[in-house]
Amino acid sequence: MANQIYPAIVDGILGGGVYALMAVGLTLIFGVLDIINVAQGILVVVGAYLSYVLSVHLHIDLFAGLLITVPAMFVLGVVIHTTVIRPLRGSERTAMSLLACFAVAIILEGALYWIFGPDVVSLSASYVQSSFKVAGFYISYIYVYCFVLAVILVAAIYLLLYRSRFGRAVRATMQDPVAARLVGININRVAALTFGIGVAVTAAGGMAFGATSGGFSPNSGYDLISRLLAIVILGGLGSIGGALAASVFMITLESVVGIWSPNWAIVVFYAALVLVLTIHPSGLFGRAAVRAQ
Amino acid sequence: MTPSAVRPAARRQPRLSGRTALAVSGLLAVAAAAVVFPLAFPNPLATTYGFDTLIFIAAASAWNIFSGYSGYLCLGQAVFFGTGIYTVAIGARDWQLTGDAVFGLLPLAGVVAAAIAVPLGLVALRVRRHTFVVITIAFFFIFQLMAFNFAFTGGTSGIVAPILNWAGATYNNPFYYGALLLAAATIAVSWLIRRSRFGLHLRAIRDDEDRARGLGVRAMRVKMAAFVVSAFITGLAGGLWYYFIAAVQPRSAFDPLFDLSLALMGFFGGLGTVLGPALGALILEPAQLWLTVQFTNDYLSQILFGALFLVVILFLPRGVLPTASERITAWRAAHRDRRAPVSPAPPAPAPPPPAPHAPAPDEGFVP
Amino acid sequence: MSAELRTEGIAKAFGGVQALEHCTLTVPAGSITGLIGPNGSGKTTLFNVMTGYERPDAGQVYLGGRRITGASAQRVYGLGLGRTFQLTRIFPRLTLLENMQVATRRGNRPGLLARPGRAAGHRHVLGLLEFTGLAQHAGELAGTLSYGQRKLLELATVLACDPAVVLLDEPAGGVNPTLIRHLAARIRDLNRQGTTFLIVEHNMEFVLGLCHQVVVLDYGTVVAAGPPAEVAANPRVLDAYLGAALDDEPATAAPVADEPDGGAADHPLPAAARPDQDPGQGPGPDPGPDPGGAGE
Repeated sequence: MANQIYPAIVDGILGGGVYALMAVGLTLIFGVLDIINVAQGILVVVGAYLSYVLSVHLHIDLFAGLLITVPAMFVLGVVIHTTVIRPLRGSERTAMSLLACFAVAIILEGALYWIFGPDVVSLSASYVQSSFKVAGFYISYIYVYCFVLAVILVAAIYLLLYRSRFGRAVRATMQDPVAARLVGININRVAALTFGIGVAVTAAGGMAFGATSGGFSPNSGYDLISRLLAIVILGGLGSIGGALAASVFMITLESVVGIWSPNWAIVVFYAALVLVLTIHPSGLFGRAAVRAQ
Repeated sequence: MTPSAVRPAARRQPRLSGRTALAVSGLLAVAAAAVVFPLAFPNPLATTYGFDTLIFIAAASAWNIFSGYSGYLCLGQAVFFGTGIYTVAIGARDWQLTGDAVFGLLPLAGVVAAAIAVPLGLVALRVRRHTFVVITIAFFFIFQLMAFNFAFTGGTSGIVAPILNWAGATYNNPFYYGALLLAAATIAVSWLIRRSRFGLHLRAIRDDEDRARGLGVRAMRVKMAAFVVSAFITGLAGGLWYYFIAAVQPRSAFDPLFDLSLALMGFFGGLGTVLGPALGALILEPAQLWLTVQFTNDYLSQILFGALFLVVILFLPRGVLPTASERITAWRAAHRDRRAPVSPAPPAPAPPPPAPHAPAPDEGFVP
Repeated sequence: MSAELRTEGIAKAFGGVQALEHCTLTVPAGSITGLIGPNGSGKTTLFNVMTGYERPDAGQVYLGGRRITGASAQRVYGLGLGRTFQLTRIFPRLTLLENMQVATRRGNRPGLLARPGRAAGHRHVLGLLEFTGLAQHAGELAGTLSYGQRKLLELATVLACDPAVVLLDEPAGGVNPTLIRHLAARIRDLNRQGTTFLIVEHNMEFVLGLCHQVVVLDYGTVVAAGPPAEVAANPRVLDAYLGAALDDEPATAAPVADEPDGGAADHPLPAAARPDQDPGQGPGPDPGPDPGGAGE
């Protein structure tokens, strides 16, 4: 049993780092724009496919390819925000934004199906398959690389948020858009850029996901978004630290439970979500009064 | 106070009767057309379209009873639809019912769906709106997962219904009329709720739940009641649908596009109005069916569906009915300026449209 | 149809901030009591605790002798305690009439077939709308009302079920003087019919001219209570508004420091215009320390 638990925990932590990357983007978007981007799941898949195209058709290394996919997804994020989210006004704005994101997700999924078909593909590289031995069990190199990538990127986002002028503007907007505007912050620009960043991380997340999941298809978006939503709510909507902690914790938990029953492992997400929300309706780290609705 | 000051409240009843007559006769005409439809178009394809549309009219109106009136967007309605389906499917299989006897199970579909709504509601209705939507999505995935993995649901291969020995030419008709009955009943219930005190409480919750609580409204009970009613009807619709399709698989019973469709129809027609969602379903479902036939490529129709949704959200955010109603009111006001300012009172039973102006104080700064 | 509202030793903290501490006050039945205090003194928090929107960390709330601490907001209203909000809250998408009909006491169960406003209730509601001067807008959506009209609607809505005690949170905030007089007159009328009022206000004329007694809150504790004249002359009260440090300043400091001790006895603060006695002249001499502005 010990043989299985340790690798499961390690897998979980490493995988959790990757999910953290995607979850941080999601929670950031909520914190600044007050909307839940339910397209985040499918956007990760888009990122995975982008990496796939670069790697298989253009033979660009997975990590090098990020230099292309990340900016590309950033632009996609800004475009989505400007065309779909920003025009929404009125009292039903929150609901509409959510549905709009859902619609975008549907469109993206359809587009992926159309272009790539329903078959499962996977990202490959020399180091994806190979692994090294530690303390009696094997860890794939790719897991470690992706984890390191995730750490770097999350740290970069953290630095951006807490050490840069832009980051200050973002945090100000998160706390009080009206006040931010009064001190001259262009909240529309902040919002667009934040959305862009939130989507840009899915490029990296997508590559990591594609490389570590053993295969993906346009259908993979659902599993992703359901995990991400659970993670972000558990960690508290808008809380970056919370998203981080919840990612690692939940993925590890799923990994461990998966030893007994792979099919049902994903239920831990839902169960944990329901449990936490029954006891403490605002998530674990979340602000007590998440923006008046 | 001048007499005109007292009149406005009292005048609502007599002033509306002209419009009421028009609306009622309009509705009767539509109802008559619906009844006659299968006879006018006996082609099975037409009645299949009709049946599908009616099911969605019922489901969208049921969705609206909860989500539209209370403002809590439920994106997990498929849970109840699918539960209704599986209840009937499992019942028919395990109790070995054949032939017409299976229809006896139909009420059970509604009851089980309603029963499931209680624990789900107890959990989901205690949280704020954002989280609520996400929880309903989570519930949806849980149920889909259960359908895939449990043995008694037949797993991935699903369940097949017993065969009905009915004449081929008119096979669809009982289903059509059953669905018509369900749709009409749902709209009637929706109308009753809308004009009742219960409906008023729901709408107050929608505008300002905390304030409503402070005025004595038992928010949890009211929300639960609407949630359960909505679930019951949706379960019934599922059961009926199962009989028609005669087979079920987890993906078809718990289909994310189903939830999205209901929301789209509700928004398109007019969220929170009585007839809006029905109108939305009436327009959008045949359109979607037609699109699926035209573009045999499923994926393209999915893209178009999503694009349509975006178009509706961006350009018709309040929906067809309220927008049309406002336009008519504005037109009327422009042509009858002499009379006292008329509040936007559209023909019964459709209620006044939501306020288009005067944003709440903390609105306005929208990134 | 009136009741006494009483708190005992209420304490409430938010994170590190102690909003209320040893807060004990009594609102006598049938009175109009003012609740004043500098910004941040805990007035709105106290309202929230009294009406069930917040749970106190310690202490009790009694309505008509009955303990209501920790009861939910809907229960509190059912027992006869209503309130308005600092930022006026109404139901914008319901008509005025419907706004009024939402209020419900226990016993009015929301049945499916029960129409809002049965005959007696309907007349009562219309009467309230007339009382506040909004009757001609009864069929309009509340979202179309002006700010002042919304305040009146909010007041009317709270009164719909004849609560014994009404808490008003800055009813005169951001409202023109004519409307303020109108409000004060309505409150006085209702009070004569037996309703008890507890009013938070920064507008000193309004408070001092209307209230039978005034309670002063500072840093979450009651520092003074009594008839308006007495309270206005109380040095502790002025300390609360101006800050005690100023008393230690040398005499060459701002003349404001002189006024409280010497001036108060000769010119009690409320000597300035009372809302109903002021036939339109200016507000008179500066009514004294008024931290003014919004926000608790």
